[in-house]
Amino acid sequence: MAKIKLQKIAHARSGDKGDTANVGLIAINPKDYEVLVKQVTAEKVKAHFKGICHGKVERFELPNLGALNFLLHESLGGGGTLSLKTDAQGKTYAAALLRMEIDI
Amino acid sequence: MKSIRIAAGQGFWGDWLEAPKNQVRQGPIDYLVMDYLAEITMSIMMKQKRKNPEFGYATDFVDLMKEILPDVASKGIKVLSNAGGVNPTACAKKVREIANALGLGDKIKVAAIHGDDIAGRIDELVKKGHPLKNMESSEDITSIKDKIQSANVYLGAEPMVRALKNGANIIIAGRVTDTGLTLAPMIHEFGWSMTDWDKMSTGTIAGHIIECGAQCSGGNCSYEWQSIPDMANVGFPIIEAHADGTFYVTKHVGTGGRIDVRTVKEQLVYEMGDPKSYITPDCIADFTSINLADDGPNRVKVWGIKGKEKTELFKVSVSYVDGWKAVGTLVYTWPDAVKKAKVAGEILKARLEKLGLKFDEILTETVGVNSCHGPLTDSDNSEIPEVTFRVGVRGHDQKAIERFSREIAPLVLTGPPSVTGFAGGRPNVQEILAYWPALIRKEVVEPLVDYF
Repeated sequence: MAKIKLQKIAHARSGDKGDTANVGLIAINPKDYEVLVKQVTAEKVKAHFKGICHGKVERFELPNLGALNFLLHESLGGGGTLSLKTDAQGKTYAAALLRMEIDI
Repeated sequence: MKSIRIAAGQGFWGDWLEAPKNQVRQGPIDYLVMDYLAEITMSIMMKQKRKNPEFGYATDFVDLMKEILPDVASKGIKVLSNAGGVNPTACAKKVREIANALGLGDKIKVAAIHGDDIAGRIDELVKKGHPLKNMESSEDITSIKDKIQSANVYLGAEPMVRALKNGANIIIAGRVTDTGLTLAPMIHEFGWSMTDWDKMSTGTIAGHIIECGAQCSGGNCSYEWQSIPDMANVGFPIIEAHADGTFYVTKHVGTGGRIDVRTVKEQLVYEMGDPKSYITPDCIADFTSINLADDGPNRVKVWGIKGKEKTELFKVSVSYVDGWKAVGTLVYTWPDAVKKAKVAGEILKARLEKLGLKFDEILTETVGVNSCHGPLTDSDNSEIPEVTFRVGVRGHDQKAIERFSREIAPLVLTGPPSVTGFAGGRPNVQEILAYWPALIRKEVVEPLVDYF
């Protein structure tokens, strides 16, 4: 078992809907999709975003795209124009998820 | 088999001004579609319209039409846009004037689509039993009734299809969905039934892929971004749509950027919720049904999309005033830049507290260390050359926010050393416009089309 950053096997994009951020995580090579499914669980993502995500994390599977979609509730300081955060739209949360370490 | 080329020209109001001109001039297209509306845009436009009833639309669109109408007329391109904002009629009249002034009067037929604006109908709708409850909190809209700035229904493709059937070639809508702009030409050209849910979902997903412009053709791409060529001349995306529901994502030959399955996948997952249930006024699209494959350089084939019947409800976006906010910044340098920013924040908070000012939230960030990934970063930061200290407040006491805006600059002479970056003056006190997402039954909304 070795630890690697998700960045090595996945790419990602994030966006917002109100106070919820979404992060789409895509396997660079489709064969690694199963690794993402096994390792990047909603619980792990919730723990990874400790201090940022104050609500629940939902996970959806898109095997056809080799991708997972995460919804991070209560993560944007209220969202929209209410938020005081530099990243009020969670645009950089994709990169934040790619910091996560997984076992391979 | 018949195919059409639908080109995206703008991903938001403020996007690259050259993009729509390039789409019209750098190769063949049949349709130019442009999205100008974000939620905040509607309330800004509403303010402009209150000051002057002739305003309230995306003025960039009118400037663009001055430049490209001759190309559009000579090449037979049709333009669809939600640039009409809260005043599509005024925008349409302006474009009519431009067409006449350019001597293109008989070649241009402008359509204005409205009926989405329900700000003036809230009382009536509530009385008729449409409570417009907040989708998240379930509160009745009466609690914010006096603070409403704008209220718009997200309309679908149907009124645009009607306008195309009636021969319009410049279609200016208010709040229609971004995806409807791309779906409408497919319904019109291919004669698709608007209850063929797989086809409606196909056009909707094509629209989703190109609605953010270059975000599917190399922009903001996290996969090997350094290797994407010639981003200075990035080509905006084009959908080559076929009647059977297959489509290709591509761009003009010779433009920069990249289109492959990876750039398209990144855009597909952007702002996604439940992928099996992407709800629009036109259908419920299933993103787990999408098939994608590279089909040559800068060309991706998409096929086999499935969808379900549309719902009986339109989404409504209401904006209302919910207090004020202000954000200020200062720059601190080595040595101990991070510590200096931290101490500046402590000093400021102590002063605000002594003044007895009340805020709903005070947020301090150190840009360069923790403003985006916050607690995920834990490296030693004692040698960081410089950071931006950023502090924001929000609340319902406007005077408190105004006083806060006068407390940033004093830190320069009354706080930690090696500080600069205050030349911008006091931070602006901004009104906060909050959003109230709601649903409304479709039968009480009538999308209208006028011609100019």
